[in-house]
Amino acid sequence: MTRVRGVRGALLVSTADGLVVAEQLMEDVKGAALAALAASLANRLGRAMTAAGIGASVFWHLQCSEGALLVVPAPSGVLVVAIAEPEVNVGLARLELLRAAELVG
Amino acid sequence: MSDDVKSLSAELAQDPQSLVFLRLGEMLRQRGQLDAAHRVAVNGLERHPHLADAHDLLARVLADKRDYERAFDEWDMTLRIAPSHIGALKGLAFLYFKVGDVAQAVAHLEAAQREAPDEPGLAQAVSLVRGGNPAAAARGLGFEGTAAPPPPAAPPAPLEDARVFAGLEGAQEGLLLLDASGQVLGGALRDPSGKDVTAPVAAYLAGVSQEAARTAKLVGLGSWTGLAAEGGVGHVYVTQVTPQTLLLVVRDRAIPMGRLAIIAQRAAQAAARWLERLARRRARASSIS
Repeated sequence: MTRVRGVRGALLVSTADGLVVAEQLMEDVKGAALAALAASLANRLGRAMTAAGIGASVFWHLQCSEGALLVVPAPSGVLVVAIAEPEVNVGLARLELLRAAELVG
Repeated sequence: MSDDVKSLSAELAQDPQSLVFLRLGEMLRQRGQLDAAHRVAVNGLERHPHLADAHDLLARVLADKRDYERAFDEWDMTLRIAPSHIGALKGLAFLYFKVGDVAQAVAHLEAAQREAPDEPGLAQAVSLVRGGNPAAAARGLGFEGTAAPPPPAAPPAPLEDARVFAGLEGAQEGLLLLDASGQVLGGALRDPSGKDVTAPVAAYLAGVSQEAARTAKLVGLGSWTGLAAEGGVGHVYVTQVTPQTLLLVVRDRAIPMGRLAIIAQRAAQAAARWLERLARRRARASSIS
């Protein structure tokens, strides 16, 4: 994932408890806190999407003024998370995340 | 194929840059040949992307095909190119009327009247719209084609709610405006089976804004501007209208995510205007009391 241009770091997060499974992040990013918040956001979003009848989340993208957080939930309950620069190719990063989620299982 | 259509088609084939496509497209539309009219309008727009009449033609065809969201986009574009375009003003009046926003419908018709005071039918359309006669008003506005819209089946939503997303497709099934505590301010959501799911979705989304803001700040990404999510059946886009209000747009998977963001942007602008009006009204009420 981190080989994709514009991706600054990536981590795997357990959705159920918000703990880091694996990470490759910049030194200044608090992986544990990010994992907890990403899992909480994923759970909240997942419940809203299920209630709306549009199925579970396949990919989500938090767009920010100075970059983005890209997330793919893997079937095993692990979130594949990438932190990206504003100029990242979201389509390419999405494909890589989906591939990583497949590998994670 | 009639002689007129044949002759215009031949003229267009001979000179593809010709503006005759406007007459041909309108003729096909009036005859109910909507797919053919759509092709003619789209081809014409490809050659004349800055021609207001071409956008107006496409909008009329889309309105007849009941693709009101895209019709709104095209008339909106028409007015950006030609701010006093009569066809677009009438078209938007028609769409506003369809969603129950009589005030906006009348405002657009009156703007059209100011531009073309002698145009027959406009004054009558205003009174028909005010009188709540949808079929006659649609005819007065020139939308009596093959698919004249039926009158609303259900009673219109309360005026304040109906106005939030006036003119936007999905105003009562795929657009939702919430406050920070998950209270619904406007719009509504229905699941693919038609069941109203507004309340549970609103409840789950309460707090998303704060969590998104905390996450973005923690990672040094600045402020969050939108949250786009793909589901198995549909797509979702969440954005802030103000720091205290959240907008949710839901569409099926056929709508690409990029387009969803544009729909959300437009809905957010409508919601911001509505919130401003509401704030002004409340300020006036409190100053009177």
